[in-house]
Amino acid sequence: MGTEKPKADLLPGTLDMMVLKILTRGHLHGYAIAQLIQQLSDDLLRVEEGSLYPALQRLELNGWIEGEWGLSASNRRARFYTLTSDGRKHLNAEATRYRQVTGAVARIMGFA
Amino acid sequence: MRFGTSWKRFRLRLRYLAQHSERQRLLWEEMDFHIESMAQDLVGRGMSEQEARAAAHRKFGNITRRLEEARATWIAQWMNNAGQDLKHSFRAMRRDAGSTVFAILIAGIGIGASSTVFSVVNALLLRPLPFRDPGRLVWISNGENYSTQAEQYSDLRDQNQSFSDLAGWSGFYRSGDKELMGAGEPERLTSVPVTEHFFALLGVEPAIGRSFTSEECQRRYSAPPAMLLSHSFWRRRFASDPDVVGRKLMLDNEPVIVIGVLPASFDFASVFAPGTPIDIFIPWPLTDKMKPAGNTMVIVGRLKAGATVERAQAEFTVLAKQLEGQHPERNPVDPRLVPLKQHVSGQVRPALVVLMCAVGMVMLIVCGNLSHLQMARMGTRQKEMAIRAALGAGRFRLLRQMLTESVTLSCCGAALGVLLAVAGTREMAHLHAFNLPLLESVRVDGSTLAFTLLAAIASGVLFGLAPALQVPAYKLREGLQDGGRESSGNSRHGWFRDGLVVSEFALACVLLVGAALLIQSFLRVLDVNLGFRPQRAAALRIDPSFRISSLAQQNSFIDDVLHRTRSVPGIAAAGITDVLPLGGDRSWQVSGKGQIYEKGHHPEAFVRVVSDGYFEALGIPLKLGRQFTESDRASSDPVVMVNETLARTLWPGQNPVGQIMTQDGGRRVVGVVADVRHGGPERSGGSEMYLPMRQTRDYPEMELVVRTALPPESLAAGIRTALRPVDPNLPVSEFQTLQGLVDKVVSPRRFLVMLLAGFAGFALLLASLGIYALISYSVNQRTREIGIRMALGASATNLQSRILLHTLGLAALGLALGMAVSRVLTSALGSLLFGVTPGDPVTFIGMGALLIVVAALAGYFPARRASRIDPMVALRAS
Repeated sequence: MGTEKPKADLLPGTLDMMVLKILTRGHLHGYAIAQLIQQLSDDLLRVEEGSLYPALQRLELNGWIEGEWGLSASNRRARFYTLTSDGRKHLNAEATRYRQVTGAVARIMGFA
Repeated sequence: MRFGTSWKRFRLRLRYLAQHSERQRLLWEEMDFHIESMAQDLVGRGMSEQEARAAAHRKFGNITRRLEEARATWIAQWMNNAGQDLKHSFRAMRRDAGSTVFAILIAGIGIGASSTVFSVVNALLLRPLPFRDPGRLVWISNGENYSTQAEQYSDLRDQNQSFSDLAGWSGFYRSGDKELMGAGEPERLTSVPVTEHFFALLGVEPAIGRSFTSEECQRRYSAPPAMLLSHSFWRRRFASDPDVVGRKLMLDNEPVIVIGVLPASFDFASVFAPGTPIDIFIPWPLTDKMKPAGNTMVIVGRLKAGATVERAQAEFTVLAKQLEGQHPERNPVDPRLVPLKQHVSGQVRPALVVLMCAVGMVMLIVCGNLSHLQMARMGTRQKEMAIRAALGAGRFRLLRQMLTESVTLSCCGAALGVLLAVAGTREMAHLHAFNLPLLESVRVDGSTLAFTLLAAIASGVLFGLAPALQVPAYKLREGLQDGGRESSGNSRHGWFRDGLVVSEFALACVLLVGAALLIQSFLRVLDVNLGFRPQRAAALRIDPSFRISSLAQQNSFIDDVLHRTRSVPGIAAAGITDVLPLGGDRSWQVSGKGQIYEKGHHPEAFVRVVSDGYFEALGIPLKLGRQFTESDRASSDPVVMVNETLARTLWPGQNPVGQIMTQDGGRRVVGVVADVRHGGPERSGGSEMYLPMRQTRDYPEMELVVRTALPPESLAAGIRTALRPVDPNLPVSEFQTLQGLVDKVVSPRRFLVMLLAGFAGFALLLASLGIYALISYSVNQRTREIGIRMALGASATNLQSRILLHTLGLAALGLALGMAVSRVLTSALGSLLFGVTPGDPVTFIGMGALLIVVAALAGYFPARRASRIDPMVALRAS
């Protein structure tokens, strides 16, 4: 209902999953999350700004992350997000599901 | 668990919604930080501050769009749009406050009138009767609308298969025929005798106390007389005191115990006898000793499950034939069955249909005016629309925006309309001057509110559609240019405006013709010669509170009363009667001495028992012979007076004076009076016979009738004082003026005419204003064109007459259309017309002339304005 699907390159929900995974490392603000995804994927995956913030809103609405205002490294006000326990559970479930799905696709395509 | 999280989500969503402007601000701040950070990174890579910032902004994209996308996760897009549309609508309305107020006003009056009429229709026609399972209740009359003999009723009740039960009441209860004494002021009460299972059949349970037991219903010695109070009487007389149950009250010098109070939802009078409030209900035993003679019963029945009215009707017709064969000594019965609802409100249905159509037409005129108003307002907002379109609003979006505006306007009008409807229905429910069934139950309830909402939305869409459809046609370039104001408005909207003028004329014409015909019918009804003169005549109930044991005692009472009344200053004439005109009647079968009639073909005459002075008091002219005098007493010859119709029926071509009538032991005719329409102006009178009061005791009540030169109300006290020595316990009852009785009988017609005249007047006003506005507007739009024409040599009067002729042409077209439609509709009025034909040429021509005058006026002023236009100013204006 009114939620926007992320870009069609990824399986639906993949962006949400990746954001949750990133947040296991600690409290981060939106920009940092986007940068981290780019870095960790060796610049392969770039999060569109148009997808990031709707995803963050969605995750917060579902209670999987919590947001708090704080000061950034350069002393500017920013919103920092944390993973909640519900979010951790959801992350594990989603990760398992993703592994299964991609495993199945890999088998069909003959990739090991 | 699942439910828990989605509930949490829902609550979160609601919280976000409530704080959404705050949230939006915070989101903006977050995104701003994101852009800042991006810019910093770019600066770190070597760009300059400004370049970095510009690049970051570009990369991030349109913040507003990003915001909307983010926000769309927790607020549905359509809700968001609707919210925006509403905000715009209110802003637009505030900007044009003057015309907004006007629009809300006329929309409010139109919708208020529609809702009021709907409430009336709902109460009288649509809502089921306030009884248990009312669809199964059936009204059983004898012939057209007569009552049935009690023996026939008993047999029909026992022998039928279609009804689970029949019950009834005495059709001859009289208003105020029981006197209450011993509990404060003596008062006359109206009581209805009902049969044993009456309340059970209707499904009515007393609110306090209990209903009648079997013994009470049959008036056995073991059970003292009992009565049930109606709710309104209990509230009025006993101030809703529950202790009155169980008390004994003196009714006609007999102690009667109050066993209960009926609920407020049961209003006998409202359903069965509009105009007469009922005070108490008493049992009506049909045992042999107390059985009433003649046709006196009014019957209702409850059908068994699965039975239909048609089959019951067939069964009853057969049963009636059987009974006639088995019991030839009884009065024959011709049962006619109709569903109870139809009997109660069937008569008012045509009038209500007329009202609904009328109010519908008023609403159409209102919508026409509002449509034009909207278009005029749109005309000045072309720039705004063009900018909107440039910013990416699609056609559909703009259309939706326009419709939201018009629906919002009409909903504001509807809010006003609901207030008007509440006031209107409250007024109506308290109108005791109108004899309409179920009128007290008119109120604004859920269905009325639903109807109001529907009417508001429908009219909003209707009048908003035309302006809304014009909007996407605005070309971008034209809109943004300054000269754009005049380029539209001419040919595109011209035909629409002309169409509005024509249709408003037509609708106003139909309403005016209909109202005029009905007003004329009403006036003709008032003009009918009733046979007596109700002006300056009044009546007072004077039944003696003590028991009269002999004819002699009665006669001395009558002498006394008449003597004293006539000596009160201001009284021109006084007499006593048993039943007032328009107050119900009883009839006997009559014949002259020596005349033989076939069974079933006896002439019938209505019977009145009157004293001397009655005919003078009522203003009934004597045609032949003499009137009753004081000397017509028990000791003298039994005499009778007849009316002209009866004289003609029994003794055609002969002198009726001196003839003998066989009824009541044989009476000699001494005088003939003029016919009286005692059923009201719209029903013909029939045969009447008058018995002298001093020679009989067979009558239900005594009404003193006086004719006075002064207003009757001022005499009430004087007469009561004069009569006090004769009967110290004379109950305080109001003087009834005879004119008041006549007014009550014609009150349903008056009700319809008042409402319809109001609607027609309002419609005429609206149509005139609307047409004036339309013509004005078109003249304004064409200022430039007119300026050019004048510069090119056209004279002012030429222009003026052109505009006037154009208006009159449209009016003629509208009139032609309206007259044609009227002709068709008025022929459907049927029974509502009295004394006028549906195609009455005077009415049509009159209304046509009125509308032409209105058209001429509506066109004249704008035309004059056009002729005053200074060509130079017009051409220079942009």
